[in-house]
Amino acid sequence: MWDYTDKVKELYKNPKNVGKIENADVVAEVGSIACGDALKLYLKVDDNDVITDAKFETFGCGSAIASSSALTEMIKGKTVDEAEKITNRDIADYLGGLPEEKMHCSVMGKEALNLAIAELRGEVEVQGYNDHDGEIICKCFGVEDTLIRKTIRENNLKTVEDVTNYTKAGGGCGSCIHKIEDILGEEREFAVVFREKEQEQAKSLTNIKRMQLVEETIADIIRPQLQKDGGDIELLDIDGKRVFVALRGSCSNCVLSDVTLRNLVQDRLREFVEEEIVVVEGK
Amino acid sequence: MQRYIYLDNNATTMPAPEVVDAMLPFMTGRYGNPSSMHAFGGLVGKDIENARANVARFIGADHEYEIVFTSGGTESDNMAIMGVLSYFRDKRHVITSRVEHPAVLSLCKKLERDGYRVTYVPVDREGSLDVDFLKSAVDDDTAVVSVMYANNETGVIFPVEEIGAFLKTRGVPFHVDAVQAAGKIPVDVNKINCDLLSLSAHKFHGPKGVGSLYVRRGTRIRPVSYGGHQERGRRPGTENVPGIIGMGTAADLALKHLPDYDTTVRAMRDRLEQGLLSGHKNAVLNGNRERRVPNTTNIGFEFIEGEAILLYLDEKGVAASSGSACSSGSLEPSHVLRAMGVPFTSAHGSIRFSLSRFVSGNDIDYVLSVMPEIVNRLLEISPYWDSAKQEPLPINL
Repeated sequence: MWDYTDKVKELYKNPKNVGKIENADVVAEVGSIACGDALKLYLKVDDNDVITDAKFETFGCGSAIASSSALTEMIKGKTVDEAEKITNRDIADYLGGLPEEKMHCSVMGKEALNLAIAELRGEVEVQGYNDHDGEIICKCFGVEDTLIRKTIRENNLKTVEDVTNYTKAGGGCGSCIHKIEDILGEEREFAVVFREKEQEQAKSLTNIKRMQLVEETIADIIRPQLQKDGGDIELLDIDGKRVFVALRGSCSNCVLSDVTLRNLVQDRLREFVEEEIVVVEGK
Repeated sequence: MQRYIYLDNNATTMPAPEVVDAMLPFMTGRYGNPSSMHAFGGLVGKDIENARANVARFIGADHEYEIVFTSGGTESDNMAIMGVLSYFRDKRHVITSRVEHPAVLSLCKKLERDGYRVTYVPVDREGSLDVDFLKSAVDDDTAVVSVMYANNETGVIFPVEEIGAFLKTRGVPFHVDAVQAAGKIPVDVNKINCDLLSLSAHKFHGPKGVGSLYVRRGTRIRPVSYGGHQERGRRPGTENVPGIIGMGTAADLALKHLPDYDTTVRAMRDRLEQGLLSGHKNAVLNGNRERRVPNTTNIGFEFIEGEAILLYLDEKGVAASSGSACSSGSLEPSHVLRAMGVPFTSAHGSIRFSLSRFVSGNDIDYVLSVMPEIVNRLLEISPYWDSAKQEPLPINL
């Protein structure tokens, strides 16, 4: 039994905007009956680029119907540019949340919206995020890497399981799991480069920004590395540019813990946060 | 709580009132341990033996000691297969079907990881087992064959008697998962010629958390867990006394009520099935119409999705279940429907109704009266159906 919110229940019981628009400006169809869910989105757009009407037809479960209904409600009255900014997370939030395994329903909504907008603008395909555009990763559900990457970034996904919950990729025969693993790795690297750029843009850090960066660097870069060796790290305090940490797990009684602190923790923090960071070991 | 019309009896059943009455004293005054020397506990042992005799009679076992009480169908299935394998350590081949319950399939996947060879016997489009395939798969390395009596999703009955007779000539131990057959059709271990047979009490109006494994006299099997002397050392641990008593009473009642299943329950099931198939252009039957347990029907509603049907049915107070991907949390439709080659157009929209002797004709009328509204509403929402013309639209797969 799924733990659906009242909003989800309300919208699958009485979905709004069901049906076709006879002379729609664009019709976008995503998903397929083989995959188990599909959405056909109809939009009417006026001369000022405002979406004056939106309707849908959906093949799918309760949360797919509710997500489709939510999407049409959210985009009606918005300009195409405004609607484009809506993410799958926004659709899920509108519904008061979706079970993790059902997040792909919100992604389907976002996909249909993207496709509709691309067609409106006369673009043949949905814009990918980088040059290797549209390689099919998951053959069972026909999921392309562009969608996987976009979803990883927008939802900060970390594991293959997350990716399956959000995009369905890897949920069939499972033979693409290693490819998803690779994409996750590439996206992690991308996130690091992206963060470096951000730092260059803001050379001097405010206290809050510094704390945020320290926390993120520990969580995303340092901790995963320590955990590979059965260790862990706890952030105790941040005082100016001094960062107090304690090593945990197998690191805590490792004879090399000093080296780890200097070479891994401090160096990484200097690399990603600020050159002047000093790491102090606490207990 | 809202009153439910409960048509999900292959998932679990209502404990019969007589079962609850029989169990209650053992959860209040008569809490003694049957292994104790004092009469307060020791006399409970007599009630357990009574229950054992009931279960033995229920499945036509020759000896009461051939019944081992367990925690349910999953444990019984595991104990049967693992028990035989740990006795015959040099035999490394297991045969089962592609449509078994996860209790058997997941174990077989683990055995494969451990280096065993497992043959999964296919089924045809109607869910019937390819018996010739099974027979030809048996070789000198085969340690055990494990096949279900009736399938939980379609209700299709497998020819276990034919398989049992064949395996007897080959001297290969035969385990039958009879969890979905017991209480719906007669189960007789001597007609089947099986060595091991699993039951689960809560599938025939007994309590949850108790089941049994029939172990034919002389069957070579080692225990899976070790401990005390209970169940002759085959399944150690202090007995689940209330559960066992409940199972004994349920077995007795099930035997008495078997004729109801062949008559009234079957008639209700057929009426429901006919009503749905003739009332909906997009409804198709999954499973062999003839060789089926009398309480189950599995209907695929094309172009709409099963979880959505269940949610709408739930609103109307009707409990059923679905082989759709979404309802299970996995992303693909049920392994049973896939093994049968049911097309995607209906696999995602398959609904299983499973009846019991506690279902009434009025319940069936009610379900038949609410289904059109539900199905038509979902067809209206579906991009694959033209509601005005009452026909499917072209599909790009």
